Amino acid sequence: MFGKLSWEAIPFHEPIVMITIAMIALGGLAVFAAITYFKKWTYLWTEWLTSVDHKKIGVMYIIVAMVMLLRGFADAIMMRTQLAMATEGSPGYLPPEHYDQIFTAHGVIMIIFMAMPFFTGLMNLAVPLQIGARDVAYPFLNSLSFWLLVSGVVLVNVSLGVGEFARTGWVAYPPLSELGYSPGVGVDYYIWALQLSGLGTTLTGVNFLATVLKMRTPGMKMMDMPIFTWTCTWANVLIVASFPILTATLALLTLDRYMDFHIFTNELGGNPMMYVNMFWAWGHPEVYILILPAFGVFSEVISTFSGKRLFGHHSMIYASGAISILGFMVWLHHFFTMGSGASVNAFFGLATMLISIPTGVKLFNWLFTIYRGRLQFTSQVLWTLGFMVTFAIGGMTGVLLAIPGADFVLHNSLFVIAHFHNVIIGGAVFGYIAGFAFFFPKAFGFKLHEGWGKAAFWFWISGFFVAFMPLYALGFMGMTRRLNATTNPEWVPYLHVALFGAFMIAVGIACQLIQLYVSVRDRKKPENMCEHGDPWNAHTLEWSTSSPPPFYNFAVLPKAPGIDPFTEAKENGTAYQTPVKYEPIHMPNNTATGLVMGALLTVFGFAMIWHIWWMAIFGLAGTVIYFVIHAARDDQGYMVPVDVIERIEAEQHKRLVAAGKVPAGATRVETSLEQA
Amino acid sequence: MSKNRYPRLLGLLPLIGTLLLSGCNMTLLDPKGQVGLDERNLIITATLLMLLVVVPVIVMTFLFAWKYRASNQDAVYAPKWSHSTKIEIAVWAVPVLIIIALGYVTYKSTHALDPYKPLESDVKPITIEVVSMDWKWLFIYPEQGIATVNKLVFPANTPVNFKITSDTVMNSFFIPGLGGQIYAMAGMQTKLHLISNQNAEYDGISANYSGAGFTGMKFKAIATSQADFDAWVSDVKKAPKQLEKAEYEALSKPSQNNPVELYASFTPNLFQIILDKYEGMKPGKPMEHEGKEHEMATMEGMDMSSHSAAGAEE
Repeated sequence: MFGKLSWEAIPFHEPIVMITIAMIALGGLAVFAAITYFKKWTYLWTEWLTSVDHKKIGVMYIIVAMVMLLRGFADAIMMRTQLAMATEGSPGYLPPEHYDQIFTAHGVIMIIFMAMPFFTGLMNLAVPLQIGARDVAYPFLNSLSFWLLVSGVVLVNVSLGVGEFARTGWVAYPPLSELGYSPGVGVDYYIWALQLSGLGTTLTGVNFLATVLKMRTPGMKMMDMPIFTWTCTWANVLIVASFPILTATLALLTLDRYMDFHIFTNELGGNPMMYVNMFWAWGHPEVYILILPAFGVFSEVISTFSGKRLFGHHSMIYASGAISILGFMVWLHHFFTMGSGASVNAFFGLATMLISIPTGVKLFNWLFTIYRGRLQFTSQVLWTLGFMVTFAIGGMTGVLLAIPGADFVLHNSLFVIAHFHNVIIGGAVFGYIAGFAFFFPKAFGFKLHEGWGKAAFWFWISGFFVAFMPLYALGFMGMTRRLNATTNPEWVPYLHVALFGAFMIAVGIACQLIQLYVSVRDRKKPENMCEHGDPWNAHTLEWSTSSPPPFYNFAVLPKAPGIDPFTEAKENGTAYQTPVKYEPIHMPNNTATGLVMGALLTVFGFAMIWHIWWMAIFGLAGTVIYFVIHAARDDQGYMVPVDVIERIEAEQHKRLVAAGKVPAGATRVETSLEQA
Repeated sequence: MSKNRYPRLLGLLPLIGTLLLSGCNMTLLDPKGQVGLDERNLIITATLLMLLVVVPVIVMTFLFAWKYRASNQDAVYAPKWSHSTKIEIAVWAVPVLIIIALGYVTYKSTHALDPYKPLESDVKPITIEVVSMDWKWLFIYPEQGIATVNKLVFPANTPVNFKITSDTVMNSFFIPGLGGQIYAMAGMQTKLHLISNQNAEYDGISANYSGAGFTGMKFKAIATSQADFDAWVSDVKKAPKQLEKAEYEALSKPSQNNPVELYASFTPNLFQIILDKYEGMKPGKPMEHEGKEHEMATMEGMDMSSHSAAGAEE
């Protein structure tokens, strides 16, 4: 009846796991009770969970990312603690079967369920606004993408309490991940969590490519799109090209594990190395998917707070494109040690080095954006400067690893761990946090507390160096990754320092939580309020509308004659013009279909993991049937009447007058750009 | 291994780096084998080359950020200045030049340090066959007729030709003090050539996670004089255990932190038999599930090279 599922799947004998589950259950119960007590269920359902508004979906993505950051970071602290304790013969406090799940979960969660949703959230929030659109091309699909991500998140977290997670490392290389060596459900949790969220990511990529191609405000040229939109676009090109590879690879592994195929097994003609190639054919573009949008954030931040146009807008676009295309030609550098010939290794090494050219160009472009500017040291700028210094080092160690002769000794060592945390924390995560602080006022109409933001930055960056520089050294000392205990006494001090660094980052994260609390508490203070929409005197269209923007984003589709249309409008006095009359606006209806399909697919994934076939059929058939019913409904959306727009825009006008952005008696002007 | 892989000027860089790093007891920066030394020098050369652009970038970041801070009203302010063809050319040219230099170093060193390339030496090399198992290392000495587990002894100043495979999941055979690593994969044979420049004891590990017992998958690699090596071999030949079929099957069972084992002899062609267990990797050969004994008998004299790693050696 319940396949492989039985009471034995719940690890009652593991106190650490049971306490964690109890805490999560209590926390969940508290949230549930609070929502019920404040009678917010209807609000939550109609305004958020069923919303197809890209801004709200963006906010929900970022909330998921932050929660998963806490989960992934808890894993990190547990690992560092284990390694600081398990030295010179001591076994530490985590047995291998538990420790091996933690490092797998840490990698999967941080990449797939923290970094990806964080980037997707920022993109959802900003990109449609930056191109002057009223929503994404496929609003329902956007909601479905989000709920598919949530399905993956649910499955990963259920694995904590029901069964186990994979013990294979986040790459899940076969034959270790095959049934013969991993007979438990851990790898199956891995497969289905990644499949569902990966499908959501592919749909997001399609959606946003269609959005930038078809939904730009009339008159905006492709090459004039803001740089954050461009870097997200390149990331989306990478997504639609690479995520299907992951889907196919995991599907093949699924055939091996469920139907006794031998595609990647040791036996019967299987070729495990095919998986390794295919995994990295997705995996390497994936890291550029993470970093490119962060590059976009830094570009926006540095040009805004320098009070200057971005230096080399076009060369930034070309550099991002070069990174994206080259990013597809370098996957083999993850396994030079497989024994490919010198010529093959040299090709992939050189291709990898080529990527450092456009990346170097970007760094110089940011420098020359600061040059002859008036740089304000806001928290966003601190994250950007911290990134430039940190990333220069991480890039250098990356190029070093791209040299096959050097990689032969550094491969799989802690040097590699230090390198990719150097670029993912110092690059992607710093960028997301900067973007969070940059776009937060746009989403909510008030600024984040600067003091706590800067404190978070200093703890994060110093914690990063204290935690990861020792790992570079340990790599040189011959310590390999994924060990659960060490015996070399010379490594011990470095491991202790690294643990201390991890705690410093923990303080940084605590500062961010306090920052959120303080900011929400003080949101009504006049110096924090910025509902008029342009707190940073920024360049691009998203700042020309109110904060938070009205659900239709722009009452009149904005003009975009150049690269920095809002700055130009402010300079020539055409910003904030009120049209003589408004036209009704066509908007999509909210729908619960995405949520329902996500829930049914979660059931399907769970059933597949535990071989509960009737439930799997129910989940999958239910999903398809529900979607067919949804698609068959003739939902054309609705028109926002002019009087509603008039009322909302009049409020915004009042705010602009109060903020001194426009004179009180401004006359209405004739606009001809509005299109139904 | 050649000393003049790249121009003499670049050859000076490792010296400077070594001076800067002297005093550190970092295995990879103080290797005792020629391969490791070459790889160390490569790391230092490449790092110093890259610092040529990384250091200016970091310095410029601080410099520009400070000079053009908002409170410094004396600095030039040019809000619309966003393009300069001269600077654009420079920012593309500088990284391109560095990468051309580094690319040259990479191309040369990748061929010079190809782990499949036999080392040049006047001394006749010794061949050792390596098998990764759950979770221990089996070393077979085809020329000496002995086998060991988790203990590797070989003569110093003699090239060692390792032939590597796996009888389980993928591992990576790595002696950090001697030089680079290479994967151990079932059904495939990889090669690694190393040499120890002195008598010394090294830590050997698996550098690729392979499951629960991975952490304990360690061995000692001991480079001795030829005389000591010969004496050790004859000692092992007197060992009570012999690695025949039943013994190998017992050894194949997963074990963690396996103690050192010494075997006076082993089943003929054992390494080849282990490779052939995963015969499916070889295209065009019918699969056989039974009759291993029969195969064992007919296997002798077969050309080893036809069984080299299908995916790994291309």
